[in-house]
Amino acid sequence: MKTETNETPLLAVDNLVVDYRRGRTTFRALKGVSMTIGTGECVGLVGESGSGKSTLGKAILGLTDVTSGSITFDGSPITHLKGAARRRLAADLQVVFQDPYGSLDPTLTVGQILAEPLTAAGTSRADAHRAVAEMLDHVRLPADTVTRYPSEFSGGQRQRIAIARALVRRPRLIVCDEPVSALDLTTQAAVIDLFIDIQRETGVSYLFVSHDLGVVRRICHRVSVMYRGECVESGPNQTITRNPEHPYTRRLLLASPVADPARQAERRRSWLGLQSPTGSPVP
Amino acid sequence: MTDAAFPADITPSPGKQGLWARYLRRPAGVAALAVFLLVVLVGLFAPLIAPHDPNFVDFALTQTPPAPGHLMGGDSAGRDIFSRLLFGARTTLYGAAVACLAGVALGVPAGVAAGYFGGPADRICSWISDAAQSVPGMIVLLIVAAGTGGDFTVLMVTVGAFMAPGYYRMSRSKTLAVRNEPYIDAARVAGLTHTKILYAHVLRAVHAPVIIQSALTAGVAMGMQAGLQFLGIGTASNPNWGQMMNDGFRTMLTHPLILLWPSAALGVTIAALAFMGSTLGDLVSVRTEPVSRRARPAAPPRDEGARSGDLVHAVEDSALRVENLRVTYRTPDGDKQVVRGVCLDVAPGEVLGIVGESGSGKSQTVFSTLDLLPAEGHSTADGVWIAGRPVGDLPRAKRHALLGTRIGYVPQEPMSNLDPCYTIGNQLVEPLRAVHELSKDEAKERARAILVRVGITDPERVLASYPHQISGGMAQRVLIAGAVAGNPSLLVADEPTTALDVTVQAEVLELLRELQQEYGMALVIVTHNFGVVADICDRVAVMKDGKIIETGPVDQIFTQPGDPYTAELIHASQDDTESRAELDAAWNKAGRTVRT
Repeated sequence: MKTETNETPLLAVDNLVVDYRRGRTTFRALKGVSMTIGTGECVGLVGESGSGKSTLGKAILGLTDVTSGSITFDGSPITHLKGAARRRLAADLQVVFQDPYGSLDPTLTVGQILAEPLTAAGTSRADAHRAVAEMLDHVRLPADTVTRYPSEFSGGQRQRIAIARALVRRPRLIVCDEPVSALDLTTQAAVIDLFIDIQRETGVSYLFVSHDLGVVRRICHRVSVMYRGECVESGPNQTITRNPEHPYTRRLLLASPVADPARQAERRRSWLGLQSPTGSPVP
Repeated sequence: MTDAAFPADITPSPGKQGLWARYLRRPAGVAALAVFLLVVLVGLFAPLIAPHDPNFVDFALTQTPPAPGHLMGGDSAGRDIFSRLLFGARTTLYGAAVACLAGVALGVPAGVAAGYFGGPADRICSWISDAAQSVPGMIVLLIVAAGTGGDFTVLMVTVGAFMAPGYYRMSRSKTLAVRNEPYIDAARVAGLTHTKILYAHVLRAVHAPVIIQSALTAGVAMGMQAGLQFLGIGTASNPNWGQMMNDGFRTMLTHPLILLWPSAALGVTIAALAFMGSTLGDLVSVRTEPVSRRARPAAPPRDEGARSGDLVHAVEDSALRVENLRVTYRTPDGDKQVVRGVCLDVAPGEVLGIVGESGSGKSQTVFSTLDLLPAEGHSTADGVWIAGRPVGDLPRAKRHALLGTRIGYVPQEPMSNLDPCYTIGNQLVEPLRAVHELSKDEAKERARAILVRVGITDPERVLASYPHQISGGMAQRVLIAGAVAGNPSLLVADEPTTALDVTVQAEVLELLRELQQEYGMALVIVTHNFGVVADICDRVAVMKDGKIIETGPVDQIFTQPGDPYTAELIHASQDDTESRAELDAAWNKAGRTVRT
């Protein structure tokens, strides 16, 4: 599913800088990040909180202002798009957020939530209804879901609804901001497999933001590792999640506990070897 | 990796009961609503039910007491008071409605816009709102009355304008709260215009508080309206309660009943509105019915006879032992049993993992062992022993005293377990002084030492910091420091790493392991992650649906899980799964079939 190198990427981010201003101080959340995503590709963005990984997703979606650098979608610049031009992009660019509770309006039925992106684009009610039913089938939810409210569903079910909302306009790129980290592990696995199935069915691309290298390993083709607003390492999934070069990535990899006592003991020893000489972790 | 964890035939929980249905279960609310509806009906149908023309003067009726045909007697001009009262309800309601509509029309759009867009719009609107509140209302009303010849509608619009800041502030704060919800961002990404987002999402969130505010505003408007009419301001041709009160006031000493009727009508109407408003306010702010500690607790959980879990240590050798623990929660749909006959124990120096998914009852098991269940929960057990001593029958205060001395507790959310109003130093030192009766300096010295022990290199700065000034990982270290400061024999950690970054997770786990070995404590760690179990635990209890389905030494559980569910949970740990490249290779080989 990977793109040819000579093809124009679906999304190209070049030397992106984002500053957050708070009163008189500015905080540089992104310090010149570059990356590309090809058609049908899933690119992972890994890092701890405050690394700027979510900021990059927000900048691509137009939810935060860009200080400098550029974002190109399908060959045309979208860095500073506003108003109607940005809204037109909604047909191609969608989002799934982390919080399965806050990302669905509790006062609307699932049917209303899913139809909203379509009716906003001028689709007729009947067509929207058909598309919503189809999408629910895509994300393996029963058809009578449309008449229910988000509060009636579990976290995993809500995340499926959020995925259906992102898919309903058949976008070409979905920014997934920690879409499984609020879910139970078994639910995580099911939702990740759903993401993979949907990508195979529709050819959609994902920017998959996560702090969990295990999740990224299962779903992503390529991975970029973020640390303090910079991209410290990027490459194919196999390399990054097994033999990373950058010390930070190695620390990140070894920090995540593996479900096997013997291998975890080994991993912990390697992790302790990476700590500062005194043995006490750096606060 | 199957959809088994996510069955297609979902059975959603029953939806929340509508606001209306819950309102009708409040007696005060129902009574207030009935009174108000009566006033509305009287106002609407006054021409049909009034026995007399309210403005017809019959000198024989002047200041007469109640009599058949004239239920409330006559006023000082010889008019039928009852009929005037009915028609007065009309005027009162009309005035209040005009004031509320004006207040909503001015305040709500401004508040929603200010909250949603922020920036200059917010500053300008807030400035106007503040300025409006500092204008003396009565004087402005008198000026308006003089300028318009006492036009009643214009006066009530002015009253509404003075109510607008209330609507403004309320809708602005509600909008600010909704503005940061991810669903608003999702709507923007979905291509909705700001107007559509305001209409579809923000107004929906604002409308309930607006209705509540209107109930209270209407009451205030009625009071002001009666005041103006009492002063003789406003159109005199329509009967109204304020004017009637004025009439009664002048003859109060000789004919007190004339004053009573309109005053009672006004008082009852305003009170009904206030009750409706406060009942609605209660229902909107509290989603579930509150349960006080003194209220009936859930019925004692049934002993279903089904015990689960193994006890492997003798009572006297165990740091914690729980036999046949049952926990019930009181919910609006009846009592719900969340823990069913759990048995577990842990010896000093041993690490027991309680593993399960959300809703498995693992946290409830721990909370009831610590006696930290919320008021709507109720737990019973055949026995609870801490450090070999039975504690199940101890009074609540004695049981709580064990926390901090015998038992240390590390919660899941480090930030929400620190009080934002006090420094870290204060929060560490005070318990040490209270529980261990150390002097202030001794307690401070101990807090400093323990912070250094948990890996904080600059304890002075951390002790002087407020919780918001430190990171989540640092906060968790502080809480661990607090938990072990009293040298407990048992440390209970409820998902201690779930809210933390992966790198910090590893550090916290390492710290827990070191402390557990150094102090020889028993450690009970609740988690959903088998990676954490593999890292730190000696024994594991796997929970599902309130029961322990399997207990065993870590190596055995991982190599030969006795229950398929355990195997599924271990397998779900993503770290070790096939990579995308491997998955795609297998998929290509299988002929790229989708949805097998």
